[in-house]
Amino acid sequence: MENLPLSVFILSSIGKILIIVHLLLIGVMAMIWSERRVSGWMQDRLGPNRVGFQGILQPVADGLKFLFKEDLIPNHVDKPLYVLAPAMLLVPALVTVAVVPFGSSITILGHEIPLQIADINIGILYVLAITSLGVYGVVLGAWASNNKYALLGGLRSSAQMISYELTLGLAIIGLLMLTSSLSLREIAKAQGAYPWHWNFLIHFPAFLAFTTAMFAETNRLPFDLAEAEQELVAGYHTEYSSMKFAMFFMAEYMNMIVGSAVTVTLFLGGWHFFGLETMGGPVWSGLISFGIFFVKTGIFLFVFIWVRWTLPRFRYDQLMNLGWKFLLPIALSSIVVTGTLWITTGSRLIVGIGNVVVALIVASIVAGLLAMKAPKPAMQDSDSRVTPTALDAIE
Amino acid sequence: MNAEQILFILFGAVSLIGAISVISFRHPIYSALSLIVTFFAQAGLFLLLGAHFVAAVQVIVYAGAIMVLFLFVIMLLNLGTLSAKGAMGGKLKGFAVILGILLAIEGIYIATNVLNNTAIASAQPATATPNTTTYEIGELLFSKYLLPFEVTSLILLAALIGVIVLVKRESESEN
Repeated sequence: MENLPLSVFILSSIGKILIIVHLLLIGVMAMIWSERRVSGWMQDRLGPNRVGFQGILQPVADGLKFLFKEDLIPNHVDKPLYVLAPAMLLVPALVTVAVVPFGSSITILGHEIPLQIADINIGILYVLAITSLGVYGVVLGAWASNNKYALLGGLRSSAQMISYELTLGLAIIGLLMLTSSLSLREIAKAQGAYPWHWNFLIHFPAFLAFTTAMFAETNRLPFDLAEAEQELVAGYHTEYSSMKFAMFFMAEYMNMIVGSAVTVTLFLGGWHFFGLETMGGPVWSGLISFGIFFVKTGIFLFVFIWVRWTLPRFRYDQLMNLGWKFLLPIALSSIVVTGTLWITTGSRLIVGIGNVVVALIVASIVAGLLAMKAPKPAMQDSDSRVTPTALDAIE
Repeated sequence: MNAEQILFILFGAVSLIGAISVISFRHPIYSALSLIVTFFAQAGLFLLLGAHFVAAVQVIVYAGAIMVLFLFVIMLLNLGTLSAKGAMGGKLKGFAVILGILLAIEGIYIATNVLNNTAIASAQPATATPNTTTYEIGELLFSKYLLPFEVTSLILLAALIGVIVLVKRESESEN
């Protein structure tokens, strides 16, 4: 990137930014459509199929509806923050994508242009920093709404985000130790062309912990306690309507897309796939690598939808237990195991096996401790019990 | 004036405005938000120095974690607008004035020193090597500053255990 002339650099950057932002926005619409259709398919019904071919224009129709609705601001809200909050959720989701490498590089007119908006050397730290800011949109929107349901949703969300951010950060440290770089492009490059070289096999427990934490950070079901319809009406966006609500909605899907892209880069080999990305000359290889990245992200997004329509929501104490007592010890132990085994043996295979074994041991120890500590009656009727809502947990 | 200086003035101004609004807003939520703005501007200043790692950590730790906890507590206690007197009554005013005067003297001392001694000003850009900061920080932490680093982590661990012990005792006595 440094050896590009300034004019080429600026022009190519503007081009990449325009393409990626539009892809994200179109991706949000595609995600909304596919979520509704996939959920319909999973529940043996049709889902929206009237507007356009197979209902593909449904999100456009929904968007127009949101746009033309009255932009209502209730009287009892804190106006500046109420207006600011949706943007504070949407902007972090949009700017994270700047450091994601979505392909190798394209050579146009003799200039090699990397398919990434900005390759900064602290790439992954930037991603963590910006994702950690997303919570402000939820929390401030909830507080500014001046509504008890919204406030409860915001409180839950802030506690949840802080808890799972730790796992998110710790889970990737083992990976960073082996790659010895923080740049997302370097991390993607360091994973070879074949799936058995990718990070998700070497750091399998960390991969699972990272993905789970990613679900929690995006506020998706099993972890959508911030909006929990049955208890909190709509949670943090109860008071929002029209385009402001649509912005919250878009931010959720945008977070999912960016989260998937980051996971693909970190753990699933980025744009690599059996050497397919090196075929066909300097232009085609870039486009193919972009296509591979696109498909991988799409598959991961399908997993997001799949999980949402398969798993029920966690109870608040279960959520905290999972985050602090299972994911955090697993992520921590993976650091120790990866470091020790890598220095003593230097073999990725042994590191991979050791990670899984130790994670299983840690998880069973924690489960054993929890089973020993839990009072007997609570264990027996924990399935039928509904009383300890998040309200009790917070108080 | 080059781009770097313009950015420095911009970030410095934002950071100062944010810091002033922290104490001038009457509502704790707005004060917390101003503090976040200040942290961001400071991260920008670190970036200008070429300290990318410090800038990122500043945002992750302060803006991303500590301030979320602040907001959580403010919302949980449902703090309203504070009155002009509030908790900081007349007692602490004298103390604050003394500290302010000390801080002002310190600031003037540093400013005059920097203005007189151009060696400090010219030496600054040479120390910033943008592409190696994370590596260098890691190396320094585990060699030259190993003892302070370990002592700091021990202190943090002690604080952590202390908090857990305090909270545990309270919940047991409730039961």
